[in-house]
Amino acid sequence: MPGDTTTSPEAPTSDALARTPLHGLHVALGARMVPFAGYEMPVQYPAGILKEHLATREAAGLFDVSHMGQFSLRPKSGAMADLARAFEALVPVDALGLREGRQRYGFLTNAAGGIEDDLMFANRGDHFLVVVNAARRAADAALMEAGLGGACEVEPLDRGLVALQGPAAEAALAALAPEVAAMRFTDVRAVTLAGTEAVVSRSGYTGEDGFEISVPAGATVALAEALLARPGVAPVGLGARDSLRLEAGLCLYGHDIDAETTPVEAALEWAIQPARRRGGARPGGFPGAERILAEIEGGAARRRVGLRPEGRAPMREGVEITEGGAVVGAITSGGFGPSLNAPVAMGYVPTRLAAPGTRLGAILRGKDLPVTVSSLPFVRPGHRRG
Amino acid sequence: MLKFTEEHEWLRLDGEEVTVGITEHAAEQLGDLVFVELPEEGATVIKGDEVVTIESVKAASDIAAPLDGVITEINPAIVANPALVNDDPMEDGWFFKMTLADVSDLDSLMDEEAYREYIA
Repeated sequence: MPGDTTTSPEAPTSDALARTPLHGLHVALGARMVPFAGYEMPVQYPAGILKEHLATREAAGLFDVSHMGQFSLRPKSGAMADLARAFEALVPVDALGLREGRQRYGFLTNAAGGIEDDLMFANRGDHFLVVVNAARRAADAALMEAGLGGACEVEPLDRGLVALQGPAAEAALAALAPEVAAMRFTDVRAVTLAGTEAVVSRSGYTGEDGFEISVPAGATVALAEALLARPGVAPVGLGARDSLRLEAGLCLYGHDIDAETTPVEAALEWAIQPARRRGGARPGGFPGAERILAEIEGGAARRRVGLRPEGRAPMREGVEITEGGAVVGAITSGGFGPSLNAPVAMGYVPTRLAAPGTRLGAILRGKDLPVTVSSLPFVRPGHRRG
Repeated sequence: MLKFTEEHEWLRLDGEEVTVGITEHAAEQLGDLVFVELPEEGATVIKGDEVVTIESVKAASDIAAPLDGVITEINPAIVANPALVNDDPMEDGWFFKMTLADVSDLDSLMDEEAYREYIA
């Protein structure tokens, strides 16, 4: 039963949309609220999607991502290595090698090698903090409980989550907690922000430098208001979140990746570290390992690619991709890229057609129009790796 | 004379021609436009024909011919700069001009007061 595995009081029910702790603030800011993954969420504020997108690339955007699922995984033995080994049975990622204070991207796989969800997990010293997609929260909770329940406590967290993204993010957050300026990309640490304990990671979903900040639900409004009061910080809705992640070449679960796509098809094998590959210290041992490891070595039949339509018309999810007039694939995410001032898309094509520069077609409103395979991301990432 | 359709188009009669655009309400609901495709000048259209394709950052929409007639002129400025429709939907952001098969067809459309009530 969906929802049964979470204890969050904000959990969606069949007849009402759930609200995040920032709902009142969104309404006060003039947001247009829409249903998303069982939540009532801001798709845009009065500035509009284009301006919100550009504001994030030029200064900083504040996003409410409290709808996402947050979990604590805690080893019953107290030994983090036990937790990491148990977690590695669910994800093809090197969890044992993740040091305290560091975060990693990963995905839950199924027996066929498909992706059940993608996630971020952080080593918090005595537990993992896991952030999953809102629409997959209940399914992930069930998967983790079944796979880890013997060795770990799997606890859904009732916390708010905001993302502060863009080149002005560091200055804005450092005004509240100077120590965040020393963090590098995918560092995670506990800090005190606006008088409350917070877990801050230097990561995000926009291709920009920035932070994701987890706080107790009741402290979310005060944090959001404190950040919005900083120079250059604008509220940004789900509309611009989508165009930002698309330009950054990042996958949206349920669109670019799903239970039918493998990590290699999705061009995500970079997230499978050598320790989990053949010849590594702990090869395989996760669902679908046989197929996924074979594809890492031999390639998959199809591949997720970036696509640049030649005209001005956006090409969206479902648009068919052609080669010589024959349909060879489909777009899984697409739209207008405000920073490129041009349409951009991602989709799947046969691997032989996946090289950047390959010219293909796409059928838009009955016309077969030219598109070019492009390397991803479409925009240069602003991550602070130094 | 200014008239409105239930599809949120406005029509302004000027001599033999009507100028057609979308209302401020429609432009606001659609969000930032990023693509506009207009019909051919000289095209004969029937009420309800999808004559314009517009795309906002979020979605594609079709604009239907509001009445029967012939397209006489299109606005190339909104093809070059779709944001003009958001900035000035009732003036510089017009879509096309057309002559009507029967000018009295305008009587079937809403006046400004009726449209305001319609979107209220």
